[in-house]
Amino acid sequence: MTAGKFQRALENITRVRGVRGAMLVAGEDGLIVAESLMEGVKGKAVAALAASLANRFRRVAEASATGYLQFLHLQAFEGVILTVPADSGVLVVALAEPKVNVGLVRLEMLRAAEALAG
Amino acid sequence: MADDLQSKIEQLMSDPRSLVFLEVGETLRVRGELEAAVRITRKGLDHFPDHADGHDLYARILVDAGSADQAEEEWNVVLALDPRHVGARKGLAFLCYRRGELDAALDHLELALAADPHDRSVVEALRTVRNAADQAMQDASVRGGALPAAMVFAGLEGADAGLLLVDSRGTVLGGGLKSADQQPVGVEVAAYLAGVSQEAERTARLLDLGEWNWIVAETAEANMFLTQPTAGTLLLMSRDRSIPSGRLAILAGKATAAARQWLEAQAP
Repeated sequence: MTAGKFQRALENITRVRGVRGAMLVAGEDGLIVAESLMEGVKGKAVAALAASLANRFRRVAEASATGYLQFLHLQAFEGVILTVPADSGVLVVALAEPKVNVGLVRLEMLRAAEALAG
Repeated sequence: MADDLQSKIEQLMSDPRSLVFLEVGETLRVRGELEAAVRITRKGLDHFPDHADGHDLYARILVDAGSADQAEEEWNVVLALDPRHVGARKGLAFLCYRRGELDAALDHLELALAADPHDRSVVEALRTVRNAADQAMQDASVRGGALPAAMVFAGLEGADAGLLLVDSRGTVLGGGLKSADQQPVGVEVAAYLAGVSQEAERTARLLDLGEWNWIVAETAEANMFLTQPTAGTLLLMSRDRSIPSGRLAILAGKATAAARQWLEAQAP
């Protein structure tokens, strides 16, 4: 996948109303691979948390034999962090307003994850 | 002693209406001659049906004979005749104590003490029952601390198979988690969850997201809901995918309330 494709996938996510930013994050170390963030969003912090949570829940899923991790949603008072692991080990991560249409964002995130695999 | 008893028995035979039946009945009771004690006391009560001390004696004989229920009835008769009867209060306190009804035993003894503040036997009995009550409270507290894991969520669906309460160091506090093949995995999962709360808090603060409320994780075969019942604890609810995340949130809300209540009850 080219850098242009990365960017297009992220922009489709950030187009959803309420999304403040989207990123592709290396699942292993939480480093940002690509990003489309509103000004002022601390991408590195979001990426680090998303990667850490994804790793923890991946292990929980392994321990409980409940299959691979598909989606993570952290809800805070002032925002949400959504994570969709892609096959390549990369995470698609979005930061959004607390009342964002999660279903819609998730859909775009899954498309981005598919695009990454393709 | 035997001569003394014999002379009193003779006195009673010559005068069946004598109150000496109380002394004879008590002596026979102490000697363990319970059938004779019952016979003498009942005859005496035939003549003095409203004699509180007579009924008290009869109740004590009944206790010695193993008829606690009848003894209780008898002591209640005594209290109907004399509400401040110390012997009846002590007797009822003893029965309550034996049944483990320590509060009721204390009530009776306190009433007995109010009736006769100088009765040393009541003071001793009060001390004994209070010590037992203190011990019972301590035992209950210890039991609370080591409450069987599933009891934290007693009554909730999946209490020991899909609800896990852990502290910030990854120690299981309650509930349990089983894998898809029914193996207990609570301890392992608790270890993976340790630190989630601090990480989420730190990042949420850094990003001005405010306090984090919950985390939903969806896997191929399960939906998981993670909440924070109290500062420093995490509650994970896991269900198969047939339970949608929204319903899981409702179930988790109930479990969170139960966990919070349980945690508050454990506080010193």
